[in-house]
Amino acid sequence: MSLKVSTLLSACAVTALTTAATAETITIATVNNGDMIRMQGYTDDFTAKTGHEVEWVTLEENVLRQRVTTDISTKGGAFDIMTIGMYETPIWGANGWLVPLDNLSEAYDAADILPAMAGGLSHDGTLYAAPFYGESSMIMYRTDLMEAAGMEMPDAPTWEFIREAAAAMTDRDNEINGICLRGKAGWGEGGAFITAMSNSFGARWFDEDWKPQFDTQPWKDTLEFYVGMMNESGPPGYATNGFNENLSLFQQGKCGMWIDATVAASFVTNPDDSTVADKVGFALAPDNGLGKRSNWLWAWALAIPAGTQKADAALQFIEWATSKDYIELVAAKEGWANVPPGARTSLYENPEYQKVPFAKTTLDSILSADPGSPTVDPVPYVGIQFAAIPEFAGIATEVSQEFSAVYAGQQSIDEALEKAQALTADAMEAAGY
Amino acid sequence: MATQHSRAAARIMMAPAVFLLLVWMLVPLTMTLYFSFKKYLPLRGGDLGWTGFDNYVRFVTSSSFWPSVQTTLVIVGGVLFITVILGIMLAVLLNQPMWGQGIVRILVIAPFFVMPTVSALVWKNMFMDPVNGLFAHLWKFFGAEPVQWLSQASLQSIVMIVSWQWLPFATLILLTAIQSLDREQLEAAEMDGAQPVQRFAFITLPHLGRAITIVILIQTIFLLAIFAEIFVTTGGAFGTRTLTYLIFQRVLESQNVGLGSAGGVYAIILANIVAIFLMRIVGKNLDA
Amino acid sequence: MARAVTTNRKIINTTAAWAIGLLIFFPILWTILTSFKTEAQAIADPPIFLGFDWTLENYGVVMERSNYMRFLTNSIIIAGGSTILGIIIAVPAAWSMAFVPSKRTKDILLWMLSTKMLPAVGVLYPIYLLFIKMGLLDTRFGLTIVLMLINLPIIVWMLYTYFKEIPGEILEAARMDGASLREEVLYVLTPMAIPGIASTLLLNVILAWNEAFWTLNLTASKAAPLTAFIASYSSPEGLFFAKLSAASTMAIAPILILGWFSQKQLVSGLTFGAVK
Repeated sequence: MSLKVSTLLSACAVTALTTAATAETITIATVNNGDMIRMQGYTDDFTAKTGHEVEWVTLEENVLRQRVTTDISTKGGAFDIMTIGMYETPIWGANGWLVPLDNLSEAYDAADILPAMAGGLSHDGTLYAAPFYGESSMIMYRTDLMEAAGMEMPDAPTWEFIREAAAAMTDRDNEINGICLRGKAGWGEGGAFITAMSNSFGARWFDEDWKPQFDTQPWKDTLEFYVGMMNESGPPGYATNGFNENLSLFQQGKCGMWIDATVAASFVTNPDDSTVADKVGFALAPDNGLGKRSNWLWAWALAIPAGTQKADAALQFIEWATSKDYIELVAAKEGWANVPPGARTSLYENPEYQKVPFAKTTLDSILSADPGSPTVDPVPYVGIQFAAIPEFAGIATEVSQEFSAVYAGQQSIDEALEKAQALTADAMEAAGY
Repeated sequence: MATQHSRAAARIMMAPAVFLLLVWMLVPLTMTLYFSFKKYLPLRGGDLGWTGFDNYVRFVTSSSFWPSVQTTLVIVGGVLFITVILGIMLAVLLNQPMWGQGIVRILVIAPFFVMPTVSALVWKNMFMDPVNGLFAHLWKFFGAEPVQWLSQASLQSIVMIVSWQWLPFATLILLTAIQSLDREQLEAAEMDGAQPVQRFAFITLPHLGRAITIVILIQTIFLLAIFAEIFVTTGGAFGTRTLTYLIFQRVLESQNVGLGSAGGVYAIILANIVAIFLMRIVGKNLDA
Repeated sequence: MARAVTTNRKIINTTAAWAIGLLIFFPILWTILTSFKTEAQAIADPPIFLGFDWTLENYGVVMERSNYMRFLTNSIIIAGGSTILGIIIAVPAAWSMAFVPSKRTKDILLWMLSTKMLPAVGVLYPIYLLFIKMGLLDTRFGLTIVLMLINLPIIVWMLYTYFKEIPGEILEAARMDGASLREEVLYVLTPMAIPGIASTLLLNVILAWNEAFWTLNLTASKAAPLTAFIASYSSPEGLFFAKLSAASTMAIAPILILGWFSQKQLVSGLTFGAVK
């Protein structure tokens, strides 16, 4: 066996060895986002390299969560790899449900994973899931409309500026809304947005004694600002708009600004899907002068449930899918703008990738997010748009449903906050805090 | 005619079905009851010991409980009302002589073959989407502001989607019932000078009583359990959280199996109350 | 008085019935049409009814992304298997209820129906744990059993109502001729109940085909039917109406076609005892 020091060859050599041992079929549960679907298309490359076959279980995000959570907490063993996020990983890792990723090969270069991502996907310093792609959030805006409004977007705007610009860009007769934001119920949809936004207004979910904080002024300020701005300049029916609805609005040229996941940048600048591809600018998510911006941090990552019989093959897959080689494979076939972003430092050092218009703002957004200290006042939890405790998903979904009812004009801000406070307190009590 | 022999045989023949259903009922029921007295949090290590009636008290005192019962009843009641009324009208119409009756019948029963997930997805995206939906285009065409169906008329929208799915079932059963109606009786009434409305009210409708009962009974069982339609369209937001959905949120979103199980017990109680209520009101028609 | 229906009235009936029929069918028609459009045409304003460039692109994308044939095979096996199994178990039960009724017959029937009222979500964890223990997770066999149990009450009830309508004298005549119980059921009763059994079969295939909770939650890749297939086409990123329509059409087409061909049986048989 020749041991040439080339990343690609050595990866092949290692895998050639194991191929001789056993060729397995691994089952992977994943979400139906564009980058994952693209990954499925390249499965043959993995099979050619390792001999292992892959069975894909591709599900819509909510169904996926429900499915993998049931399976992991009952040790069902239906999947060999699960696609999970920054919220689940530390909780499951702490429960000992995931195989620690501490024996990744040298060629894989685990140190290259962006520190913010590695941090969010670890528990007690051990990596439990490898990021397939990572994201923060940022402002995407229409350069032409901004110019027509006679304004100029700073690199790091304030919420006041955004509100003003949104009002100036709005042209309801021509179906142009100054700003599109998520309002859809669900902790990963509108819940994520409003929580990240509230951080910049000085709000927090819990104080240091885990007491819910919805009865405090910063939350009221956040909601009043959000609702006020959306009523002035938002699209009709924003209470049911999530990531996807806003994406298609923006692509159809119906939004002046959109604050959302950095991964959306490649969709809105893709001329095949977007009518405004050449008129998009980027800026950091707004702040309120309190020292915290309103951007979040998230990664879709691949993890191996403890107890799978095929941990070796699963690890090989993870090394393949989240490797530098995979990024180069996609870049060669579909261009640099389409590679999975936000996971590796080396990607942002690559001169080819630096030419991509949204690369710099994406990296700056990711770097400015700090899950360890997400809020102005101290909090006992980790996570920016979520709190990494098992109860959060359930609570935040119900809280965001109360908020969405405000957006739809069905209740007042005070009523919603009162209900949010009560239901959060109740759920925390049930969980034994 | 029931001899001793045939009675014994009958029991044996019934045994497999009864036994299987007994197991299918008792195993989950016992487990639900068991979990409902437990503090069972899968994400916090699973079984954390007995808690007495804590889960029951917590579930019922939650601010979401009574609204969810109300929502359940509104959805079930609304769908029943719409499907029965429209079902009768459609059945009467389809029973008239016309050209292409077979094809029309096929068109009318088609929604029944569509899986609930698909119908919810199609309605939500292609019809009720406030920007790209067909309804939005239609409203704009007439110069009206598009309705934001799933937020501003959420409950009505869900009732509409579910009614669309179940209307064929009601129509089919009512149609078979109408077809069995004695033609001569109707003709005799016509000769006696009874108006169409009178004929419908005094002959057709009473004849349909039994069929209506069946429609209500069967549909209620299915409607109490609707889930996919809410999961896909609103996710329980905007006052569309039914009891079933609330249990789903407790078990899967909050990962509190004990609390959800207590909710399951309440749901069984509610289902049985509805069932008894139904039996009392319409049960006379059901003498088999 | 001869009741010749006037042509006028027939025209009115026909128009009204067709209008309503098309209205009810329209969402399905629109889905099918949209599946042949490009994504941009699918959301075009004003909407395009027929005058678009028909394309099979969406079907190509769906076929490439998912192993449709496997989902379809699983659906057929699970829906068909659970229905046949259910009928085998239900026929004897329905027979004995119909011909040897006791005071408790009606109670047993209603009790059977009431087993359908336990909300599925509430027992997901118990059933999931049970499935793991018995090694049934992600198997067609496990799913077939569950769907059979879910629909068994409906099957028993439907068959019971058909058997009820068969006059007892025929059975007595057969018995006089020395037919055994088994022969009685097999050669006398069953043939007479064929139309009833056919529509029971159809209804339960439809119900099993469309069941979307257990089929989604108890499967991963090997046993996943079309309900899981469709779960990967809702709300992805970007425009998706056309692809969603293609996937939806593929998920409902087999059962829709079956339903249309057997429409007569379904219509004549679906009574649940509503007709005396």
